[in-house]
Amino acid sequence: MGSAHELDDDILERFRSTDEHELAKRAEWIRLRTIDLVEIAGSGHYSSVFSCAEMLSVLYYSTLRLKPSDSRWADRDRFLLGKGHVAIGLYPCLADLGFFPQSWLEDYTRLGSPLGDHPDMTKVPGIDFSSGSIGHNLSVGVGMALAARLKGQDYRTLVMLGDGELNEGQVWEAAMSAAHYGLDSLAAIVDANGLGLDGPIEDIMGIEPIELKFESFGWDVESIDGHDVQQIRCAFERPNPDGKPRVIVARTQKGKGVSFMEGSPYWHLGYLGPEDKEIAIREIQSRTD
Amino acid sequence: MRPKDPRSWNVETTMGDTSLVMGDELATLADERDDIVVMTADLMTSNGLDVFHARHPDRFINTGIAEQNMMSIAAGIASNGFRVYVSTFASFASLLCAEQMRTDLAYAAMPVRVLSHHAGVSMGFYGTSHHAVEDLAITRAMAGLMVAAPCDANSIRGTLRATIDHDGPVYLRLGRGREKPVYQEVPLMTPGFFSKLREGTDLTIIATGIAVAESLSAADILAEQGTQIRVLNAAYIKPIDRDAILTGARETGGILSVEEHNPNAGLGGAVAEVIAEAGIGIPFRRFALPDEYALVAPPSHLYRHYGLSAVGIADAARSLLDGKSS
Repeated sequence: MGSAHELDDDILERFRSTDEHELAKRAEWIRLRTIDLVEIAGSGHYSSVFSCAEMLSVLYYSTLRLKPSDSRWADRDRFLLGKGHVAIGLYPCLADLGFFPQSWLEDYTRLGSPLGDHPDMTKVPGIDFSSGSIGHNLSVGVGMALAARLKGQDYRTLVMLGDGELNEGQVWEAAMSAAHYGLDSLAAIVDANGLGLDGPIEDIMGIEPIELKFESFGWDVESIDGHDVQQIRCAFERPNPDGKPRVIVARTQKGKGVSFMEGSPYWHLGYLGPEDKEIAIREIQSRTD
Repeated sequence: MRPKDPRSWNVETTMGDTSLVMGDELATLADERDDIVVMTADLMTSNGLDVFHARHPDRFINTGIAEQNMMSIAAGIASNGFRVYVSTFASFASLLCAEQMRTDLAYAAMPVRVLSHHAGVSMGFYGTSHHAVEDLAITRAMAGLMVAAPCDANSIRGTLRATIDHDGPVYLRLGRGREKPVYQEVPLMTPGFFSKLREGTDLTIIATGIAVAESLSAADILAEQGTQIRVLNAAYIKPIDRDAILTGARETGGILSVEEHNPNAGLGGAVAEVIAEAGIGIPFRRFALPDEYALVAPPSHLYRHYGLSAVGIADAARSLLDGKSS
């Protein structure tokens, strides 16, 4: 790379943390902070965050090249949250890294807050593109990767998709185009937790085998355990093969980390009562002590 | 006209010489600046952007027949400082891609220009799937989206120049490239302004697209009968030129809007909103296509059938004037 930004103290370089214990603890912190924020809103997507908490931790505390003091810095790595309803798990990370004041979290979803259920790039520093309508963001990521090529920039573009999101046709238009353009700075991450709002995805509209579908579209494919921090870290760091987009299919459990949410479709959107909230917090904290 | 196989006559029905100005103008702009990217969804030989492709192949992206993907890719490219021009038939741009346009372009405030060509019924006998008579209603309800409607070759150039540095997205409603010339030179198409093409005191016609040239001819017909018609080109539908509408209402005492669009919520709707909110009661009529799916026919036959012609517009103006004097 050899560019001037290496000398900049404000830049969080790629692959900066290899401390898997810390990254795992950070994932539990994301779960706890999500419970806090749902308390303000009165409802929220607990289990969708819990399935990708380890991946958000690795992305923001190890993988991505970021500059919190300049959220529009041209050479930052891009991260797009296709499953935008998981923003509640991302906001605490962005505040913690200094993209915006911690105090913003206190008014999450309240009138005039920049922080809604889905992320708004025009209001929230650190959000690289708005999302909320499932299925758009892989296309947007294709555009960002094309723009990097046009400008000769070396940033990576990573797009996290839900497995239910793969039911959207536009995802496959984007998949086709990423391979056609040979976008080797683009990676998709599928949080394959197997559950949508109405139940198991395979019952609602089957999408398996995900890996073979992407492979047949011309993508480089890797399958991992999406809760194993070491596997996540290695998969996110591994470069794309020349001329190919890359997909990491992360096999996860919806609601991971709280026993009564694990594998349950009922906590896609919900609100924990006082007793259940205590149980959930105790279970999560027991793993971080 | 670019070379084509002389045995093929079908091309003649869908495009004409003025369609070539878009690619030429963008290519010329791109000679000067490196932030222009042009995209299409397998239509560059229909919309004339092959001219751009030939001159700047490195900044031309063809997504194949995947219009929604094109819109969202454009947003991603634009997020890195590019001005991205996407092109497809108006029916696909405004209806198929309405949500990508709203969510990824307008809500995200991306400087993408939607070159929405073959608007109205200009696809003629291709039928309703390829007609776009709802696009003004859809696009003018999107916050942060500028809506322009250049009416001929020179005003296409003028609009592309006038909007190039606009920070947000722009929807350009374009015809099929065979529009009669209205402007002899490239006009300044300042966003938010109608342009007054003919002065008159008896009635104001506010027209857009192909209806502009026809309205000027209608004004000629009526002038021979002693009636002086003011003709305004509604070059931008959003933001709407309130002053021009209200001045026309005040100075001529009547307004006729003319558009190749469904009668609901298009140019006529926008004009009616301005007049009603100003609290002035004047003779007013929306002249548009009927609220039904159009017949199939060559475009010129459709325009004649639905009265989007000098004679049809003159008739509509005369009946409005008759009501005005009674």
